[in-house]
Amino acid sequence: MIDTLVHLALVLALPPLLTGVIAKTKAAFAGRNGPPLLQGYWDLAKLLRKGSVLPAGSTWVFLAGPVAGVAAPLLASLLLPFGGHEAPLSFAGDMILFAYLFALARFFTASAALDTGSAFEGMGAAREVAFSALAEPALFFGFVALARISGSLSLSGMLGSGPGWVTAGAPLVLVAASWAVVLLAENCRIPFDDPNTHLELTMIHEVMVLDHGGPALGLVLYGASVKLFVLSALFLRVVFPFNATDPNLDWLAFVAGILLVAIGIGVVESVMARLKLVKVPQLLVGACLLSAFGMLLLAR
Amino acid sequence: MSGAFARIRNGGALPLGKLPEADFDAFRGALLAELAAGRRLVAFFAAPVDGAGADLWAVVAADGPGTLAIARTRLPDDRFPSLTPAAPQAHLFEREMAEQLGLKPQGHPWLKPVRYRPSWRPGHDAWGRSEGEPILPAVGDFFRVEGTEVHEVAVGPVHAGVIEPGHFRFQCHGEKVFHLEIALGFQHRGVEESLLGGPHRTTAARMETLAGDTTVGHSTAFAQALEALSGTAVPPRAQALRGIALELERLANHTGDLGALAGDVGFLPTASFCGRLRGDFLNMTAVLCGNRFGRGLVRPGGTLVDADAALVADLSRRLEETMKDLRGAAELLFATATVTARFEGTGRVDPATAEALGLVGPAARACGVDQDVRRDHPSGVFRFVHVPVMTAHDGDVNARAYVRWLEAQRSYEFVRAQLAALPEGIVRNAPKPLRPEHVAVSLVEGWRGEVAHVAVTGVDGRFSRYKVVDPSFHNWTGLAMALRNEEISDFPLCNKSFNLSYCGHDL
Repeated sequence: MIDTLVHLALVLALPPLLTGVIAKTKAAFAGRNGPPLLQGYWDLAKLLRKGSVLPAGSTWVFLAGPVAGVAAPLLASLLLPFGGHEAPLSFAGDMILFAYLFALARFFTASAALDTGSAFEGMGAAREVAFSALAEPALFFGFVALARISGSLSLSGMLGSGPGWVTAGAPLVLVAASWAVVLLAENCRIPFDDPNTHLELTMIHEVMVLDHGGPALGLVLYGASVKLFVLSALFLRVVFPFNATDPNLDWLAFVAGILLVAIGIGVVESVMARLKLVKVPQLLVGACLLSAFGMLLLAR
Repeated sequence: MSGAFARIRNGGALPLGKLPEADFDAFRGALLAELAAGRRLVAFFAAPVDGAGADLWAVVAADGPGTLAIARTRLPDDRFPSLTPAAPQAHLFEREMAEQLGLKPQGHPWLKPVRYRPSWRPGHDAWGRSEGEPILPAVGDFFRVEGTEVHEVAVGPVHAGVIEPGHFRFQCHGEKVFHLEIALGFQHRGVEESLLGGPHRTTAARMETLAGDTTVGHSTAFAQALEALSGTAVPPRAQALRGIALELERLANHTGDLGALAGDVGFLPTASFCGRLRGDFLNMTAVLCGNRFGRGLVRPGGTLVDADAALVADLSRRLEETMKDLRGAAELLFATATVTARFEGTGRVDPATAEALGLVGPAARACGVDQDVRRDHPSGVFRFVHVPVMTAHDGDVNARAYVRWLEAQRSYEFVRAQLAALPEGIVRNAPKPLRPEHVAVSLVEGWRGEVAHVAVTGVDGRFSRYKVVDPSFHNWTGLAMALRNEEISDFPLCNKSFNLSYCGHDL
């Protein structure tokens, strides 16, 4: 019970901090002070107090996008074990629900973008859907590999006791590399997308939410940070399967690990430039191949 | 070669009486022959003549011998056969004169307004619009590609960032751009109309605002034109100070561009550092004259400010410090593989296109077009001190970025040398009155390319026409060509690599 409450508290409260940590890391590389660590929270507080303007001709679909964008990752987080703790919900095959909850959120975000009827937003929706279709197999090949190693079909089973680096190190390295790419691509980070750009023609995810403002934009930003948090937790559990005997120490290690992942994302964003848009599918296909090979290594 | 032209040098003036009389056919033939011989069209414009007539003027630069050829002809009526089909360089100039004076270049392939303004001569309108009819910006025909899978993307004039207004119309197939058409004019202020009958008391200050980032370039071009018309000599110390200011302007803007290019591809370290370093270079200009963009620095006859020994020492110290940081930021940019992978092969303009369109400045030099006003048509301090011309050969974003970095290094060397050996003496001679019925041509290599001013005086010694050609006027079409068959997502990067002025074009 306590575990479930801590789990919920973390997934609700911590995500905006991650964006702050990434921004601080990037600022350090750029020789700037950067925004305060808690800027993400201030932004949300500001946006939620604002009014909003809806594009002419848009329907309820336009507002369903931000709502689904928050609800789906929150729901998905319930299936995922944080650190060494059991997930609040667990059943055989829950990884399929996990993956498709994100797809559901994307469906609604893309629909909301199309609902505005703007040429930009349609362009962004096309890009987002095309790229995520390529990221999806990378995620699933990884799940198959983990299921094979652990002999379990639920996320808690696969990740709960840590995914056996001793027995299956080589496939796990491939899966971890592939999922690092998926983590960056799914969260619209450099080198795939630039969350800070104001250039509408180069955007992927950001262009889909150009017409959202006020509380709707607040939900979009919050949903994006929850998604970042959940996928970081998944990635963290694969590369850092730490199980302490003391549950408090375990939570602490989890939070520290998540912040390290955020710093890592900040470092990647600082040392490299964005890919040319035509190169994005190539890198995603590469990620699919990595996790597919990880899976093949186990099929003996 | 051709009798229709009289030749002068940059910063020279010519009595109108010495211009050969040419009828339109001779003028047209001679001009096309000049352009076919590989020379550049610097300016091509129409001037109103008392009554209802119009003169056509053309200025052609021969970069090898360093001469500027001027020709003029009186048009018998508003119609004349367009030169654009034979000489693409003329296309925007002809659209401009059609808009300004209601002339009708027959056979122009795409005659539409440039700035969406009414004609200067009431009753003459190239499109037959009635007087008082509202003219809406960027409203009218655009190229369209037909097909069920082709779609049109319209961007601007209001953009997602705080930048100048311009309207861009893309014809796309998926992510691929078939054609880009650019409609400008939102920033039109009526500069050339207001200069008829000038110079006025405010003209010198106005020249500094033609394109705010090229303040020194435009004010130097204006000063040179007036000095040529009045026969005023400029003291050597003032020439050196103008040169220093011009190169500081180039350093500041090239630094800003390198940072902006890094920012566009999401490469933060260079983006952030160059943002600060641009400010440091601007501050050096501020130390020199009190304004970061160099306003109140250059005036006909010399400069309004002088630099004492302490100030020169301060500038030298700042220059060394800032350049050291810039070297680090720029070398990091070009040493980062992900950045060069993004820059290389993006937005390529081939040399033949660059020459046909008459591109100028770093955009042309990045295509291997070896041309620089400072070397080819030197004026002021550049007659005595030579700045090497930097070129690259790929014509892509990487080439345009790298040429900027090379030029920044040459500008640094120039400023350092000038600060170390500043000539002694006064900084300004009082300008004399303008001589009546003269024409003067003044070229300056601004940081964006060739800034051209052509001044013609009437019998009263006042401007009967003052033509300004900002480098952006030549280069906007180059940007449109760079986008052909590129990804639409590469547009912002290509746009930044040209970094053209909207207000300099719109005037």
